[in-house]
Amino acid sequence: MADPMRIRVTEKDGLVTVRVLMSHEMETGLRKDTSGNVVPAHFIRTVTATCQGRVVLSAQWGTAVSKNPFLEFSFKGGKKGDKVVITWEDNKGDRRADEAVIS
Amino acid sequence: MKRSLASLLAAATLIALPAAALAQSTVDEIAKYRQQLQDGNPAELWEARGEDLWKQKRGPKNVSLEGCDLGKGPGVVKGAYAELPRYFADADRVMDLETRLVHCMVTQQGFSFADATRRPFGNGSSRSEFEALAAWITSESKGVKMNVRLGHPKEREAYQIGEKIFYFRGGPHDFACATCHGETGKRIRLQDLPNLTDKAGAQLAYTTWPAYRVSQGEVRSFEWRLYDCFRQQRFPELKFTSEAAIALTTFLARNANGAEFNAPAIKR
Repeated sequence: MADPMRIRVTEKDGLVTVRVLMSHEMETGLRKDTSGNVVPAHFIRTVTATCQGRVVLSAQWGTAVSKNPFLEFSFKGGKKGDKVVITWEDNKGDRRADEAVIS
Repeated sequence: MKRSLASLLAAATLIALPAAALAQSTVDEIAKYRQQLQDGNPAELWEARGEDLWKQKRGPKNVSLEGCDLGKGPGVVKGAYAELPRYFADADRVMDLETRLVHCMVTQQGFSFADATRRPFGNGSSRSEFEALAAWITSESKGVKMNVRLGHPKEREAYQIGEKIFYFRGGPHDFACATCHGETGKRIRLQDLPNLTDKAGAQLAYTTWPAYRVSQGEVRSFEWRLYDCFRQQRFPELKFTSEAAIALTTFLARNANGAEFNAPAIKR
Protein backbone atom coordinates (compact mmCIF):
# COMPACT_ATOMS: atom_id res chain seq x y z
CA MET A 1 0.00 0.00 0.00
CA ALA A 2 1.12 3.49 -0.77
CA ASP A 3 2.45 5.98 1.75
CA PRO A 4 -0.07 8.10 3.66
CA MET A 5 -1.22 11.47 2.35
CA ARG A 6 -0.62 14.69 4.20
CA ILE A 7 -3.92 16.51 4.56
CA ARG A 8 -4.53 19.92 6.05
CA VAL A 9 -8.06 21.30 6.27
CA THR A 10 -8.88 24.73 7.60
CA GLU A 11 -12.14 26.63 7.84
CA LYS A 12 -12.41 30.42 7.62
CA ASP A 13 -15.61 32.47 7.18
CA GLY A 14 -17.58 29.42 6.05
CA LEU A 15 -15.03 28.45 3.41
CA VAL A 16 -13.15 25.22 3.95
CA THR A 17 -9.73 24.99 2.31
CA VAL A 18 -8.28 21.54 1.78
CA ARG A 19 -4.62 20.97 0.97
CA VAL A 20 -3.49 17.48 0.13
CA LEU A 21 -0.06 16.11 -0.63
CA MET A 22 -0.08 12.63 -2.14
CA SER A 23 2.81 10.24 -2.44
CA HIS A 24 2.71 8.71 -5.91
CA GLU A 25 5.11 7.91 -8.76
CA MET A 26 2.75 9.23 -11.48
CA GLU A 27 4.55 7.45 -14.33
CA THR A 28 3.32 8.48 -17.76
CA GLY A 29 4.26 5.25 -19.52
CA LEU A 30 6.31 7.24 -22.03
CA ARG A 31 9.61 7.14 -20.15
CA LYS A 32 12.32 4.56 -20.68
CA ASP A 33 14.67 3.27 -18.02
CA THR A 34 18.46 3.04 -18.34
CA SER A 35 18.26 -0.26 -20.24
CA GLY A 36 15.78 1.13 -22.76
CA ASN A 37 12.66 -0.59 -21.49
CA VAL A 38 9.47 1.41 -21.22
CA VAL A 39 8.55 2.24 -17.63
CA PRO A 40 4.91 1.12 -17.37
CA ALA A 41 2.31 3.79 -16.75
CA HIS A 42 1.32 4.14 -13.12
CA PHE A 43 -0.84 7.08 -12.20
CA ILE A 44 -3.77 8.17 -10.10
CA ARG A 45 -7.03 7.89 -12.00
CA THR A 46 -9.67 9.19 -9.64
CA VAL A 47 -9.64 11.42 -6.60
CA THR A 48 -12.65 11.80 -4.36
CA ALA A 49 -13.11 14.03 -1.36
CA THR A 50 -15.99 13.72 1.06
CA CYS A 51 -17.01 15.82 4.03
CA GLN A 52 -19.18 14.00 6.55
CA GLY A 53 -19.95 11.43 3.82
CA ARG A 54 -21.00 14.05 1.26
CA VAL A 55 -18.91 14.22 -1.91
CA VAL A 56 -17.32 17.67 -2.23
CA LEU A 57 -14.83 16.91 -4.99
CA SER A 58 -14.61 14.24 -7.61
CA ALA A 59 -11.77 14.34 -10.10
CA GLN A 60 -10.46 12.27 -12.98
CA TRP A 61 -6.72 12.51 -13.33
CA GLY A 62 -4.28 11.46 -16.00
CA THR A 63 -0.59 11.31 -16.73
CA ALA A 64 -0.18 15.08 -16.96
CA VAL A 65 -0.25 15.42 -13.19
CA SER A 66 3.17 15.61 -11.54
CA LYS A 67 4.86 13.11 -9.28
CA ASN A 68 3.93 13.49 -5.59
CA PRO A 69 0.96 15.71 -6.51
CA PHE A 70 -0.28 18.61 -4.43
CA LEU A 71 -3.99 19.40 -4.56
CA GLU A 72 -5.69 22.43 -3.10
CA PHE A 73 -9.39 23.21 -3.31
CA SER A 74 -12.08 24.81 -1.18
CA PHE A 75 -15.75 24.23 -0.59
CA LYS A 76 -18.59 25.76 1.39
CA GLY A 77 -20.75 24.08 3.97
CA GLY A 78 -18.21 22.47 6.26
CA LYS A 79 -17.67 23.41 9.88
CA LYS A 80 -14.87 22.90 12.38
CA GLY A 81 -14.68 19.32 13.64
CA ASP A 82 -16.13 17.80 10.49
CA LYS A 83 -14.28 14.88 8.97
CA VAL A 84 -12.85 15.15 5.46
CA VAL A 85 -11.84 11.95 3.70
CA ILE A 86 -9.69 11.91 0.57
CA THR A 87 -9.51 8.78 -1.57
CA TRP A 88 -7.50 8.07 -4.68
CA GLU A 89 -7.36 5.06 -6.92
CA ASP A 90 -4.67 4.44 -9.53
CA ASN A 91 -4.59 2.52 -12.80
CA LYS A 92 -3.21 -0.56 -11.07
CA GLY A 93 -6.17 -0.69 -8.73
CA ASP A 94 -4.18 0.49 -5.73
CA ARG A 95 -6.21 2.70 -3.39
CA ARG A 96 -5.48 4.95 -0.52
CA ALA A 97 -7.86 6.78 1.80
CA ASP A 98 -6.84 9.24 4.49
CA GLU A 99 -8.85 11.54 6.65
CA ALA A 100 -8.45 14.82 8.49
CA VAL A 101 -10.58 16.92 10.78
CA ILE A 102 -11.43 20.51 9.84
CA SER A 103 -9.64 22.97 12.08
CA MET B 1 -0.32 21.46 -10.90
CA LYS B 2 -2.25 24.31 -12.40
CA ARG B 3 -0.42 27.10 -10.67
CA SER B 4 3.04 26.11 -11.80
CA LEU B 5 1.69 25.88 -15.34
CA ALA B 6 0.49 29.45 -15.04
CA SER B 7 3.94 30.62 -14.02
CA LEU B 8 5.50 28.67 -16.89
CA LEU B 9 3.19 30.49 -19.28
CA ALA B 10 4.14 33.75 -17.63
CA ALA B 11 7.81 32.92 -18.17
CA ALA B 12 7.12 32.09 -21.82
CA THR B 13 5.60 35.50 -22.52
CA LEU B 14 8.80 37.15 -21.35
CA ILE B 15 10.69 36.04 -24.44
CA ALA B 16 9.60 39.20 -26.23
CA LEU B 17 11.54 41.38 -23.77
CA PRO B 18 15.13 42.63 -24.33
CA ALA B 19 17.89 40.34 -23.09
CA ALA B 20 18.95 42.26 -19.98
CA ALA B 21 15.42 42.70 -18.73
CA LEU B 22 14.82 39.07 -19.59
CA ALA B 23 17.59 37.79 -17.33
CA GLN B 24 16.32 39.75 -14.34
CA SER B 25 12.64 38.97 -14.82
CA THR B 26 13.41 35.29 -15.46
CA VAL B 27 15.12 35.16 -12.09
CA ASP B 28 12.08 36.87 -10.56
CA GLU B 29 9.73 34.43 -12.23
CA ILE B 30 11.72 31.47 -10.93
CA ALA B 31 11.55 32.97 -7.45
CA LYS B 32 7.77 33.20 -7.86
CA TYR B 33 7.62 29.62 -9.09
CA ARG B 34 9.49 28.49 -5.97
CA GLN B 35 7.19 30.55 -3.77
CA GLN B 36 4.16 28.83 -5.24
CA LEU B 37 5.65 25.39 -4.78
CA GLN B 38 6.58 26.11 -1.18
CA ASP B 39 2.99 25.65 -0.13
CA GLY B 40 2.78 21.99 -1.07
CA ASN B 41 6.34 20.85 -0.56
CA PRO B 42 6.46 17.07 -1.10
CA ALA B 43 9.40 17.00 1.34
CA GLU B 44 6.68 16.59 3.97
CA LEU B 45 6.19 13.05 2.70
CA TRP B 46 9.87 12.36 3.39
CA GLU B 47 9.59 14.01 6.80
CA ALA B 48 6.76 11.65 7.74
CA ARG B 49 8.74 8.64 6.56
CA GLY B 50 11.84 9.87 8.39
CA GLU B 51 9.99 10.27 11.67
CA ASP B 52 8.71 6.73 11.28
CA LEU B 53 12.21 5.42 10.60
CA TRP B 54 13.57 7.22 13.64
CA LYS B 55 11.00 5.62 15.94
CA GLN B 56 10.92 2.18 14.36
CA LYS B 57 12.77 -0.70 16.01
CA ARG B 58 15.23 -1.87 13.36
CA GLY B 59 18.49 -3.68 12.76
CA PRO B 60 20.01 -6.84 14.26
CA LYS B 61 19.59 -5.41 17.79
CA ASN B 62 16.00 -4.37 17.13
CA VAL B 63 16.19 -0.91 18.67
CA SER B 64 14.98 2.46 17.44
CA LEU B 65 17.20 5.48 16.81
CA GLU B 66 15.57 7.32 19.70
CA GLY B 67 18.65 6.67 21.81
CA CYS B 68 20.86 8.35 19.23
CA ASP B 69 22.69 11.44 20.49
CA LEU B 70 22.79 14.10 17.78
CA GLY B 71 24.77 16.38 20.06
CA LYS B 72 22.06 17.68 22.38
CA GLY B 73 21.59 14.47 24.35
CA PRO B 74 20.18 11.04 23.45
CA GLY B 75 16.99 11.35 21.40
CA VAL B 76 16.96 15.14 21.28
CA VAL B 77 16.20 16.15 17.71
CA LYS B 78 14.82 19.67 18.14
CA GLY B 79 17.44 22.18 17.02
CA ALA B 80 20.16 19.55 16.73
CA TYR B 81 20.86 20.11 13.04
CA ALA B 82 21.61 23.81 13.52
CA GLU B 83 24.68 22.85 15.58
CA LEU B 84 26.03 20.17 13.26
CA PRO B 85 28.71 19.22 12.29
CA ARG B 86 30.30 19.00 15.72
CA TYR B 87 32.86 16.97 17.64
CA PHE B 88 31.55 13.82 19.33
CA ALA B 89 33.68 12.52 22.18
CA ASP B 90 32.30 8.96 21.94
CA ALA B 91 33.60 8.62 18.40
CA ASP B 92 36.52 11.04 18.81
CA ARG B 93 35.82 12.79 15.53
CA VAL B 94 33.79 15.56 13.97
CA MET B 95 30.57 14.29 12.42
CA ASP B 96 27.87 15.72 10.24
CA LEU B 97 24.26 14.50 10.42
CA GLU B 98 24.63 11.60 8.00
CA THR B 99 27.85 10.37 9.62
CA ARG B 100 26.25 10.54 13.05
CA LEU B 101 23.24 8.57 11.83
CA VAL B 102 25.53 5.89 10.39
CA HIS B 103 27.39 5.84 13.72
CA CYS B 104 24.13 5.26 15.61
CA MET B 105 22.94 2.63 13.15
CA VAL B 106 26.21 0.74 13.64
CA THR B 107 26.73 1.14 17.39
CA GLN B 108 23.10 1.03 18.56
CA GLN B 109 21.09 -0.85 15.96
CA GLY B 110 23.90 -3.29 15.16
CA PHE B 111 24.05 -2.78 11.39
CA SER B 112 27.40 -3.31 9.70
CA PHE B 113 28.91 -0.16 8.21
CA ALA B 114 28.42 -1.60 4.70
CA ASP B 115 24.76 -2.38 5.36
CA ALA B 116 24.07 1.00 6.89
CA THR B 117 25.60 2.93 3.99
CA ARG B 118 24.25 0.75 1.20
CA ARG B 119 21.94 3.45 -0.12
CA PRO B 120 23.05 6.98 0.75
CA PHE B 121 20.84 8.55 -1.93
CA GLY B 122 17.49 7.45 -3.27
CA ASN B 123 16.49 6.96 -6.87
CA GLY B 124 12.88 6.26 -7.77
CA SER B 125 11.71 3.08 -6.12
CA SER B 126 15.03 2.43 -4.35
CA ARG B 127 14.61 4.87 -1.52
CA SER B 128 17.24 6.11 0.88
CA GLU B 129 16.73 6.09 4.63
CA PHE B 130 19.15 8.98 5.00
CA GLU B 131 17.17 11.36 2.86
CA ALA B 132 14.01 10.61 4.85
CA LEU B 133 15.76 10.86 8.21
CA ALA B 134 17.56 14.03 7.13
CA ALA B 135 14.26 15.55 5.98
CA TRP B 136 12.64 14.93 9.35
CA ILE B 137 15.59 15.82 11.55
CA THR B 138 16.34 19.04 9.70
CA SER B 139 12.65 20.01 9.75
CA GLU B 140 12.92 19.94 13.55
CA SER B 141 15.47 22.77 13.30
CA LYS B 142 13.25 25.05 11.21
CA GLY B 143 13.44 28.58 12.55
CA VAL B 144 16.48 27.83 14.73
CA LYS B 145 19.55 30.04 14.20
CA MET B 146 22.59 28.25 12.79
CA ASN B 147 25.15 27.90 15.53
CA VAL B 148 28.18 25.78 14.64
CA ARG B 149 30.79 26.30 17.34
CA LEU B 150 34.39 25.65 16.60
CA GLY B 151 35.31 25.00 20.24
CA HIS B 152 37.18 21.74 19.83
CA PRO B 153 40.56 21.64 18.01
CA LYS B 154 39.22 18.91 15.71
CA GLU B 155 36.30 21.14 14.74
CA ARG B 156 38.71 23.95 13.87
CA GLU B 157 40.84 21.50 11.91
CA ALA B 158 37.79 20.29 9.95
CA TYR B 159 36.88 23.89 9.14
CA GLN B 160 40.38 24.60 7.84
CA ILE B 161 40.45 21.44 5.72
CA GLY B 162 37.00 22.35 4.37
CA GLU B 163 38.21 25.80 3.43
CA LYS B 164 41.23 24.27 1.63
CA ILE B 165 38.96 21.93 -0.33
CA PHE B 166 36.66 24.80 -1.24
CA TYR B 167 39.49 26.71 -2.92
CA PHE B 168 41.41 23.68 -4.21
CA ARG B 169 41.61 23.57 -7.99
CA GLY B 170 41.84 20.18 -9.62
CA GLY B 171 40.32 17.62 -11.95
CA PRO B 172 40.26 17.64 -15.77
CA HIS B 173 38.55 21.07 -15.76
CA ASP B 174 40.95 22.61 -13.23
CA PHE B 175 37.90 23.48 -11.16
CA ALA B 176 37.40 24.47 -7.54
CA CYS B 177 34.16 24.95 -5.65
CA ALA B 178 35.11 28.62 -5.66
CA THR B 179 35.17 28.71 -9.48
CA CYS B 180 31.38 28.66 -9.51
CA HIS B 181 30.61 29.78 -5.98
CA GLY B 182 33.09 32.63 -5.48
CA GLU B 183 31.35 35.39 -7.40
CA THR B 184 27.91 37.00 -7.12
CA GLY B 185 25.42 36.78 -9.97
CA LYS B 186 26.68 33.63 -11.67
CA ARG B 187 24.37 30.97 -12.95
CA ILE B 188 24.28 27.71 -14.86
CA ARG B 189 21.53 28.05 -17.43
CA LEU B 190 18.68 29.45 -15.28
CA GLN B 191 19.97 28.12 -11.99
CA ASP B 192 21.40 30.84 -9.76
CA LEU B 193 24.67 29.90 -8.13
CA PRO B 194 25.04 31.18 -4.60
CA ASN B 195 28.22 33.06 -3.80
CA LEU B 196 29.47 31.05 -0.84
CA THR B 197 32.31 33.42 -0.05
CA ASP B 198 29.74 36.08 0.78
CA LYS B 199 28.03 35.90 4.17
CA ALA B 200 24.46 36.35 2.89
CA GLY B 201 25.00 33.91 0.03
CA ALA B 202 26.50 31.25 2.29
CA GLN B 203 23.63 31.63 4.74
CA LEU B 204 20.90 31.44 2.12
CA ALA B 205 22.47 28.39 0.48
CA TYR B 206 23.18 26.35 3.58
CA THR B 207 19.87 27.01 5.32
CA THR B 208 17.84 25.75 2.32
CA TRP B 209 19.33 22.25 2.18
CA PRO B 210 18.06 19.48 2.30
CA ALA B 211 15.55 20.25 -0.42
CA TYR B 212 12.98 18.54 -2.59
CA ARG B 213 14.27 18.70 -6.15
CA VAL B 214 11.26 18.95 -8.43
CA SER B 215 13.33 17.82 -11.42
CA GLN B 216 14.37 14.64 -9.60
CA GLY B 217 11.29 13.98 -7.49
CA GLU B 218 13.50 13.34 -4.49
CA VAL B 219 14.51 15.06 -1.28
CA ARG B 220 18.25 15.61 -1.44
CA SER B 221 20.48 15.81 1.61
CA PHE B 222 23.47 18.07 2.05
CA GLU B 223 25.90 15.24 1.41
CA TRP B 224 24.13 14.65 -1.88
CA ARG B 225 24.61 18.32 -2.76
CA LEU B 226 28.36 17.99 -2.18
CA TYR B 227 28.51 14.63 -3.95
CA ASP B 228 26.85 16.07 -7.02
CA CYS B 229 29.04 19.19 -7.01
CA PHE B 230 32.09 16.92 -7.01
CA ARG B 231 30.63 15.00 -9.92
CA GLN B 232 29.97 18.19 -11.86
CA GLN B 233 33.55 19.30 -11.24
CA ARG B 234 34.74 15.87 -12.49
CA PHE B 235 36.45 15.33 -9.16
CA PRO B 236 36.94 11.82 -7.78
CA GLU B 237 33.71 10.50 -6.29
CA LEU B 238 33.06 12.01 -2.88
CA LYS B 239 32.70 9.15 -0.45
CA PHE B 240 29.61 9.16 1.76
CA THR B 241 30.47 10.20 5.36
CA SER B 242 34.14 10.77 4.42
CA GLU B 243 36.47 13.25 6.12
CA ALA B 244 36.33 15.46 3.03
CA ALA B 245 32.52 15.61 3.07
CA ILE B 246 32.43 16.40 6.78
CA ALA B 247 35.18 19.04 6.51
CA LEU B 248 33.47 20.81 3.63
CA THR B 249 30.13 20.68 5.46
CA THR B 250 31.77 22.13 8.59
CA PHE B 251 33.23 24.99 6.55
CA LEU B 252 29.92 25.80 4.86
CA ALA B 253 27.75 25.32 7.95
CA ARG B 254 29.97 27.54 10.09
CA ASN B 255 29.86 30.29 7.45
CA ALA B 256 26.06 30.21 7.68
CA ASN B 257 26.11 30.90 11.43
CA GLY B 258 23.51 33.37 12.62
CA ALA B 259 21.01 32.64 9.84
CA GLU B 260 17.67 31.06 10.53
CA PHE B 261 17.52 27.48 9.32
CA ASN B 262 14.74 27.02 6.78
CA ALA B 263 14.77 23.53 5.25
CA PRO B 264 13.64 21.13 3.85
CA ALA B 265 13.11 23.63 1.07
CA ILE B 266 11.94 23.12 -2.47
CA LYS B 267 14.15 23.66 -5.47
CA ARG B 268 13.70 23.25 -9.16
